[in-house]
Amino acid sequence: MFTSSSNFSNNVDAVFLYVVVLSLIVLVGITIAMVYFVIRYNRKRNPIPKNIDGNLTLEVLWTVIPLCLFMSMFYFGWMGYRDMREAPSDAMPIKVTARMWKWDFEYPNGLKTDTLFVPAHKAIKTDLHSVDVNHAFFIPAFRVKKDVYYNKKNDLWFRSDKIGSYDIACAEYCGLNHSMMYTKVHVMEQKDFDEWYKQTSQKAGIANK
Amino acid sequence: MNTQAKVTEEKNFFQQSTNKYTGIGSWLLTVDHKRIGILYLFSMMTFFIVAVIFGFLIRLELIAPGKTIMEPQTYNQLFTLHGIIMIFLFIIPGLPAVFGNFMLPIMIGAKDVIFPRLNLFSWYLFIAGGLIAVVSMFLPGGSADTGWMFYVPYSIRTTTNVIPALTAAFILGFSSILTGLNFITTIHRMRAPGMSWFKMPLFIWSLYATAWIQILATPIIGITLLLVSIERWFGVGIFDPALGGDPILYQHLFWIYSHPAVYIMILPAMGMVSEIIPVFARRTIFGYNFIAFSSIAIAFFGSLVWAHHMFTVGMSDTAMFVFSFLTFFVSIPSAIKVFNWVSTLYKGSISADPPLLYALSFIFQFAIGGFTGLMIGVLSVNIHLQDTSFIVAHFHYVMFGSTGFGIFAAMHYWFPKMFGTMYNKKIANWAWAITTIGFNTLYFPMFIMGYLGMPRRYYDYLPEFHTYHLVSTIGSWILILGLIIMFANLIKGMRNKKDVAPMNPWGGVTLEWKVPSPPPMENFHEIPTVTTGPYDYSHYELAGKETK
Repeated sequence: MFTSSSNFSNNVDAVFLYVVVLSLIVLVGITIAMVYFVIRYNRKRNPIPKNIDGNLTLEVLWTVIPLCLFMSMFYFGWMGYRDMREAPSDAMPIKVTARMWKWDFEYPNGLKTDTLFVPAHKAIKTDLHSVDVNHAFFIPAFRVKKDVYYNKKNDLWFRSDKIGSYDIACAEYCGLNHSMMYTKVHVMEQKDFDEWYKQTSQKAGIANK
Repeated sequence: MNTQAKVTEEKNFFQQSTNKYTGIGSWLLTVDHKRIGILYLFSMMTFFIVAVIFGFLIRLELIAPGKTIMEPQTYNQLFTLHGIIMIFLFIIPGLPAVFGNFMLPIMIGAKDVIFPRLNLFSWYLFIAGGLIAVVSMFLPGGSADTGWMFYVPYSIRTTTNVIPALTAAFILGFSSILTGLNFITTIHRMRAPGMSWFKMPLFIWSLYATAWIQILATPIIGITLLLVSIERWFGVGIFDPALGGDPILYQHLFWIYSHPAVYIMILPAMGMVSEIIPVFARRTIFGYNFIAFSSIAIAFFGSLVWAHHMFTVGMSDTAMFVFSFLTFFVSIPSAIKVFNWVSTLYKGSISADPPLLYALSFIFQFAIGGFTGLMIGVLSVNIHLQDTSFIVAHFHYVMFGSTGFGIFAAMHYWFPKMFGTMYNKKIANWAWAITTIGFNTLYFPMFIMGYLGMPRRYYDYLPEFHTYHLVSTIGSWILILGLIIMFANLIKGMRNKKDVAPMNPWGGVTLEWKVPSPPPMENFHEIPTVTTGPYDYSHYELAGKETK
């Protein structure tokens, strides 16, 4: 957790942790109460039960307090999602094509690769397209995912500030080799990326603009 | 005393049938709701065992990366069948069709459901659907490999037997609709004199809420699956994008049913827990009205949150906002139920018998399922967790850890009533402990690896996930060991003629405990008149005070 692999990962992890901590407190509370009651009010120790029909104050409390907490979770989730919606206008566009069972990437100058290379500290916008069934473009370390369709233009953006290689997986079941549809995204310093982009493009016979 | 003796001499529903046949015919042509309940029980358990074996094989394959025991195609078919059988043939009919059929008429003081023949017909539809699903495994082409959600376009492209699987689900849908219709009408028309709505047992409330979802939501999946069949047969472009269709429309239609369907699965189990806790705590339930209304609220709001299964398809911001918001809203009634159940234990006189233990496991596991549901209701977190094993774990905590354990609780609770004999309680306690430990060992690691990025429906995985998968597979063995002990103990209990169960072994006060075990053919000689609430345990309190 908190690997800061992408511009979204810290926020997603923090919101997740917020919900986990609240949940743990309530879960431990409920469990302790259950176990305590079963032992304390065991029939041997407490042969005479006491009938309590309910308590309106308690009912109101345990409706209103969870409601407030749930609304805060919703709010943080919505705010986090808002940032994921629109790629910044200066983002570098890369076309991603999914097929059973591999990924292809196409850069602005027409260069095609089967592994994704991106510069660090720069917004990347992937335009997703499938040539056959549904897939989902998933970079676990970046906390981003989007379904990929034949007839729908979906896109996904991220910015990574951490040099390294991360897995890309397919997250929507797509048949026989769904689980082998892995590739990598390599995040490089801008100058290394420029170097790689130029050389690979030349090798592929594409003039870099 | 005299009436007691008379009652025990009377023939029970096993000994006396509703038709002129004896032997197998008296069962296959019966219109007795109790016999139909037993028919459902045994057919459902058979399907459950088959699907557990599939689940065991899936986990065994995942014990190590790479190929272990099967090819990827077999794996894909197995998880599809595991899903179809568990959902359509075990969890959906589990509580309503088995225990609802057996207990609903007795608990509201009726002699049978209102449409007994329709009830038998529903069972035949259930069996027909189940057989088609099983037969499709052996037809050329092999069983479907689409996942239980049949997502288009894959379900149009694959060469496996998708149509038999769709047909099976379609027929099972009718079984579910008719059962729902039968229950709603029965609850409206057949309640005993004096049993007003707010004197109904909470299990009946939950069946009522469930039945409404069954008849309102199931037709949508029926027509959707039919459209997929038409698309496969005739190449009409409805959902397949290559033919100009819309695959996302399919997902909407699928989840408009399948999300409410998870409430069809969980609501009766919640009702079950509401039945069990007061009986074993010997006190009235805490917040009856809140528990009853929360069932209705869950059924209502649960119908409005389906697209939270689709947060990564690229929906409009409005849809994202509304569906996430409503998802948090539907969690409130569930939370209310949990707090009321725990409060019902307060100042009770508790006997920790097997049914209560299963119910407590239910609460613990349902709480985990609910909390992780909040985590995936959070939009930004959902984007990361969608289609990972985190979802698989969440789903199994709710469906198996809660509904499954609710079914086990029901089996142990009503066993003496249904069969008139008793199982070994000590062994039942061991089975409870082993299944609970096995269940949590099996599914908890999936939360962790899901957050770390393990996608679901994967035949193979990256080496970094190995430890979690290994622990999970070991958990599956523990769980199955517990299940074997539990079933063996129950089957032995059925054949046990020595330990005759009394009319009311647990000290319950709902109507099923006022008829003999097993009940006679038409339940009551005289329809009872109800004067008190369903959980009126004041006699224990009063008796206790008098002896003091």
